Amino acid sequence: MDFYRAQVLVCGGTGCSSSGSGEILERFERQIAKNGLEKEVKIVRTGCFGLCAAGPVVIIYPEGTFYSRVRVEDVDEIVSEHLLKGRTVQHLVYKDKGHEDERHMSLENIEFYKKQKRIALRNCGVIDPENIDEYIAFDGYKALTTVLTEMKPEDVIQTVLDSGLRGRGGAGFPTGLKWKFAAASKADQKYMVCNADEGDPGAFMDRSVLEGDPHAVLEAMVIAGYAIGATEGYVYVRAEYPIAVKRLEIAIEQAREYGLLGKNILNSGFNFDVFVRLGAGAFVCGEETALMASIEGQRGEPRPKPPFPAIKGLFAAPTNINNVETLANVPQIILNGAAWFKSIGTEKSSGTKVFALGGKINNTGLVEIPMGTTLREIIFDIGGGIPNGKRFKAVQTGGPSGGCISTENLDIPIEYDTLTQIGSMMGSGGMIVMDEDNCMVDIARFFLDFTVDESCGKCTPCRIGTRRMLEILERIVKGQGVQGDIEKLERLAKNIKATALCGLGQSAPNPVLSTIKYFRNEYEAHINEKRCPAHHCQALLNYYITDKCRGCTACVKVCPVTAITGTVKERHVIDAAKCIKCGSCVEKCRFGAIEKR
Amino acid sequence: MAEQKEKFAELQKAIDEHKDQKGALMPVLQAAQGIFGCVPMDVQEYIADALGTTLSDVYGVATFYSQFSLQPKGRYVVGVCMGTACYVRGAQKVLDRVQKELGVDVGATTADGLFTIQATRCLGACGLAPVMMINDEVFGRLTEDEIPGILEKFKA
Repeated sequence: MDFYRAQVLVCGGTGCSSSGSGEILERFERQIAKNGLEKEVKIVRTGCFGLCAAGPVVIIYPEGTFYSRVRVEDVDEIVSEHLLKGRTVQHLVYKDKGHEDERHMSLENIEFYKKQKRIALRNCGVIDPENIDEYIAFDGYKALTTVLTEMKPEDVIQTVLDSGLRGRGGAGFPTGLKWKFAAASKADQKYMVCNADEGDPGAFMDRSVLEGDPHAVLEAMVIAGYAIGATEGYVYVRAEYPIAVKRLEIAIEQAREYGLLGKNILNSGFNFDVFVRLGAGAFVCGEETALMASIEGQRGEPRPKPPFPAIKGLFAAPTNINNVETLANVPQIILNGAAWFKSIGTEKSSGTKVFALGGKINNTGLVEIPMGTTLREIIFDIGGGIPNGKRFKAVQTGGPSGGCISTENLDIPIEYDTLTQIGSMMGSGGMIVMDEDNCMVDIARFFLDFTVDESCGKCTPCRIGTRRMLEILERIVKGQGVQGDIEKLERLAKNIKATALCGLGQSAPNPVLSTIKYFRNEYEAHINEKRCPAHHCQALLNYYITDKCRGCTACVKVCPVTAITGTVKERHVIDAAKCIKCGSCVEKCRFGAIEKR
Repeated sequence: MAEQKEKFAELQKAIDEHKDQKGALMPVLQAAQGIFGCVPMDVQEYIADALGTTLSDVYGVATFYSQFSLQPKGRYVVGVCMGTACYVRGAQKVLDRVQKELGVDVGATTADGLFTIQATRCLGACGLAPVMMINDEVFGRLTEDEIPGILEKFKA
């Protein structure tokens, strides 16, 4: 094996690739060749490091120097200074807010990483995901070897049961129990399916795992296949994730070559192979029965349960379906034991959870924290708080199935059950932070708009009920809300939750109910006073000329409805009754004197 | 017409490759969408015949998933991400500006066949919100004023 004195890790996740990490990598290769360093410095394209806000990210070992927002032009300097002369390029080193004077930041000292515990993401940003040897060097496929040589299927299931691992896709059903049900079904053919149809807007952990550590998912699928007695596996992945699909396919090829997939794996007599199926842009396919229909080549519509997939699933055979992040935990549980996993997190929610931090937050990116961490720690310690000195208003978890959580609940520990109690849910782990400029009624409308669009149309409560709710919300944000609208929304929500066929419909009203619960005053302001407290809803805003006005009369000339009056060199006034809110005056004003209020 | 013939030959190759696997219709439709840029009725009829299924089955699947379109799209597909992270960071303003600049609504194609505007689902590049994609190229940390300049590059 070759020995290198330095390693340059370039993030090849979707976020950093989008901001040009591919060219940065090429430039490094060229510069290192030019300086004759090929035998001394190794360049690795890794998966996502997590701190997307600082992207494109480059880390140089052995020092662990963390360079952020690197541009192609910076590469020459890093090579000549850091790699040739051993001097850190100070102006590119990532600095925490408030610690700007620190000279040498390495990964473990950064606030963003300090409170994290990486199990599912442990290899993301560490290994080259397109090289099976690197995965194996980090204990990869060791768990599978243990399982196939030393454990009976029922031992594997018992270990997963004892670990307390619950589904990371959102609902939190105990994984071991799912496996137990599928194992108990008698059939010649069973299937193991990995749900990588990550549809929740703002959640991208499954993609990061597939992009950064695809072998972990494959290894877990073989283990699960062995446990339940399946010989065929499918990964159903979004077509919108081209990098993830490519790396998954490379990983499958490599695993087949090494005899870790296919016939007689590791001479154990166990056969198992994995196939990739692409989604085609339907959110409902994240629901397990819809997902199976889609793999079968049909419209991705859900069907009533029971029968559960463990009895009658894919191609009418017993099937076990697990989410990507859930599976990424499995090899570690086998390697370190159920007791180790149970010792992390809380009693009812063991282990860690990956969250995708986004929205109005400084450190956007992926974080993996032990269950029981508070929202406040995630948002303010790890996430670095709200940018531009704005005030925190709410955090939305669980995507279109979840809800908005307000300041009063920031100190509750994160668990499946606590989040459900406060009207949201764990969901797949999207965590969108909102500040004082975001209107909560409009956010509710945004999510309903999403659900109405993605409702498959099979059951009436979801197809028609969500549309009626959306119509009411649209009326409210336009300033046409009437007394009784809130109550009507609540009544519709209750009925849809009780009667919709699948999880999509049953949870669709959650964003509306949670915003009514914690931000009822905003709904009332829209309806009763025709006012949007966040100054967001266009139809409810009035233009107003402040004392910055110099009386230049430019706005008077441009107003199409002559709503502005005033004499030269004196402050002008807008007649709100005449104004049609076209915004022409704002564009014309050179003094920034016209504001929306 | 010769070009059309080649495309059908390519489609036939994809059909041969997938025909024997379970659930072949989805991969075949995905291949067709890639080859033709859309799946019009004659393509659907061809697939139905080749896979031994009915046109109604093919049409049902083709119209269910947003990835398949029955009409051709413009040369450049401008997809403005309307995921939550982008939305709270002002994606609506970006989308409004794209519509204003190109003079067509979401889902429509410009008269010269150059641009189609789409409001896409979360692209998963939330760290760069708000985000827009033009074909395979991603533009992140956008402000509405950058839109005309970006679009201009594609018009040339």
